Amino acid sequence: MIRYLLRRILYGALILAGVNLLTFMLFFAVNTPDDMARLAIGGRHVTAQAIEQWKSAHGYDVPLFYNGAEKGVDTVRKTVFYTRSVPLMRFDFGLSDAGRSINREIIERAGPSLALAVPTFILGLFVMVSFSLLLVMVRRTRLEWWGVSFSVAVMSVSSLFYIILGQWLFAKTLRLVPVSGFMDGWRMAVFLLLPVAIGVFSRLGSDTLLYRALFLEEVGKDYVRTARAKGASEFRVLFVHVLGNAMLPILTSTVSVLPLLFMGSLVMESFFGIPGLGSYTIDAINAQDFSIVRAMVFLGTAAYIAGLILTDIAYTLADPRIRFR
Amino acid sequence: MSSVKFVILYTDVVMWVLLALLALAVRHARVTPSLRSKWARVAANPTAVACAAILAAFLAVALADSVHFRGQVGVAQDGSAVYATATSSLLDAAVGRHVAPRERSYSVPFAIRDFDKTPSIGALKSVREHQRLKGVAQGLTDEEAARRRLQDIALGILCGLAASALGCGALAWLLRREGRSGWRRLFARGNPARPAVLVLLVILAIAGFLAVVWPRWHVFGTDSTGNDVLYSALKSVRTAVVIGSLATLSTLPFAVTLGIAAGYFKGWIDDIVQYVYTTISSIPSVLLIAASVLMIQVFIDKNPLAFETGLERADVRLFCLAVIIGVTGWAGLARLLRAETMKVSAMDFVTAARAFGVPAPAIMLRHILPNVVHIVLIVAVLDFSGIVLYEAVLSYVGVGVDPVTESFGTMINAAASEMSRTPAVWWNLAASFLFMFTLVLSANLFASGVRDAFDPRGGTRR
Repeated sequence: MIRYLLRRILYGALILAGVNLLTFMLFFAVNTPDDMARLAIGGRHVTAQAIEQWKSAHGYDVPLFYNGAEKGVDTVRKTVFYTRSVPLMRFDFGLSDAGRSINREIIERAGPSLALAVPTFILGLFVMVSFSLLLVMVRRTRLEWWGVSFSVAVMSVSSLFYIILGQWLFAKTLRLVPVSGFMDGWRMAVFLLLPVAIGVFSRLGSDTLLYRALFLEEVGKDYVRTARAKGASEFRVLFVHVLGNAMLPILTSTVSVLPLLFMGSLVMESFFGIPGLGSYTIDAINAQDFSIVRAMVFLGTAAYIAGLILTDIAYTLADPRIRFR
Repeated sequence: MSSVKFVILYTDVVMWVLLALLALAVRHARVTPSLRSKWARVAANPTAVACAAILAAFLAVALADSVHFRGQVGVAQDGSAVYATATSSLLDAAVGRHVAPRERSYSVPFAIRDFDKTPSIGALKSVREHQRLKGVAQGLTDEEAARRRLQDIALGILCGLAASALGCGALAWLLRREGRSGWRRLFARGNPARPAVLVLLVILAIAGFLAVVWPRWHVFGTDSTGNDVLYSALKSVRTAVVIGSLATLSTLPFAVTLGIAAGYFKGWIDDIVQYVYTTISSIPSVLLIAASVLMIQVFIDKNPLAFETGLERADVRLFCLAVIIGVTGWAGLARLLRAETMKVSAMDFVTAARAFGVPAPAIMLRHILPNVVHIVLIVAVLDFSGIVLYEAVLSYVGVGVDPVTESFGTMINAAASEMSRTPAVWWNLAASFLFMFTLVLSANLFASGVRDAFDPRGGTRR
């Protein structure tokens, strides 16, 4: 187990390195340090000398990948790639274009982000698993047809509609919750109520259909017949026997949803004015602040890989038959 | 003497290539017995047929909007033609002139006056009032205009019904056999095309209604810059179709070649392919797309002279956006194809082919690809609707289409602030919702029909 985990973590590090290289090429191949200097200096002040000054001040006065002027290890170490990537691997993101520490911003903003994402995730999982199990319970009836149609319809509407209509109805017209904003402490629940509800509802359709397919597959198996033969009620069969056995595939699909959750909160945070990582990223994209975007890409990937490894651990907890080499 | 100069945009080429591919695929499916029986199963599903008809209508709008030209405006002194700077499309030529007079700003659907008060110079002093719209019911008083509106709507409904009846009659006449009209057969319960016929009749009715009403009224109101909302919604259809289909198409080369190669060769090739797609799929896709689009935008900004008109610049961005969505999104399909290829390549006929000494590329192309192509089809159709929805999110994040391109994303973004006004400006949101929901819902239902026919066991459910 330990060896397996170590191998997975090493593989994760390898993927992070690949992501690093990919984003580096994306950001520096098109937008060379000279262009960045021109953009930063701006207008009439652009001279060859000013560009050189800016580059040396910001550490861009070395080649991108290979420094032939140096000897030994320094051919690799004194390059833009090395100086920009290795701190990233240490989770040291440096300064944003506005001159603020990205690390501090991330630490400050992680709280609100989690306060939105975690309840959405857990509540969503609970609602969708129960809804799909209920659909399976009424299978081959008119009610199931309506439930599936409802799910397909919900799935076919952009989440932006739910946000806009939700804000209009619950915040602006009925005045039940504030339109947007955030507050520390217990008062934040008021601000989070609507975004969490909308976040759950907008994923209701697709996830319900997915889980329903999983459960339908399980319902045809022998252990279900055994449970029925023992006289277990349909409710008990579904919510105890089937749910327990379908836990593994559910776990797998939830992890594949995690990056979507990140994206979902990206839009959600910016609509509801929650000062989290998502709105930070959107602001950075609009301000074309590449160092923040790159840091967020790295962080998002690291979170995803951590999620993958956690699923592997959860696998062994959910199914004792699984043993890793 | 009035000639036109055709302008061929990148995405126009994409649309016509797509049409050609569709035609080829239909021909192929007609002559291949196994495919024919599967498509017959799709055709037996009324929902799928109706949705296919709706999708075909959307595709027709998108295609009509994919023939671009610049009209001639005059003759230069040396006798050569001078062309307009604005590029228009067949769709513009068909409906654009109806909506040409631009209003000042917002107006409610079927409005006579502006939504907002604006200052107008009166006889003695400037007053703020809801001014009359420029393109609607000129020369009539408000009461006359209101009466005319009722008349027009009634006439429009009549015309819609008449168009529908005419279409119905024409179809019956086409289907006549031995002197008997085709009414019975057209609406017989056993006719697999009946849902499509019904959809066609509804579309004809809507077209008949619009043909009367739209030239005189803003059916879905006008937006903040005074453009007709129904017109923007129709233009958005093309953007959605281009993004959905081009992005889906661009996933295929990577996903098919790499997925099948990984599953067939196994070993180190499998390791490398798995590494590549795990790396790409572990980056949150919206960020990867954002990063790529920012880079494209930097390139476009640096080379302003490479594009003749603003439309061409916007078009390059649309093209790149769709390709980027595709190139960053092939991991899921590749994973499915790899697994299926592993199953197929363990079968006897592949072993036999290998024993006969058939080279590996030929085995993959001739023996494996035909046996996994149903997965490609299902995932491609499923992805389409997801990508259409995704475009709206990307536009909101600021990495979507160019701001001058009409798209559902830009419409929804505008609607976000419009809904917070008092009273709310709801028609922009309503129009984009109506069009987008119809498009995505029919794509989803069609996809599930295709999946039920091609993969009854549900191996491609994700």
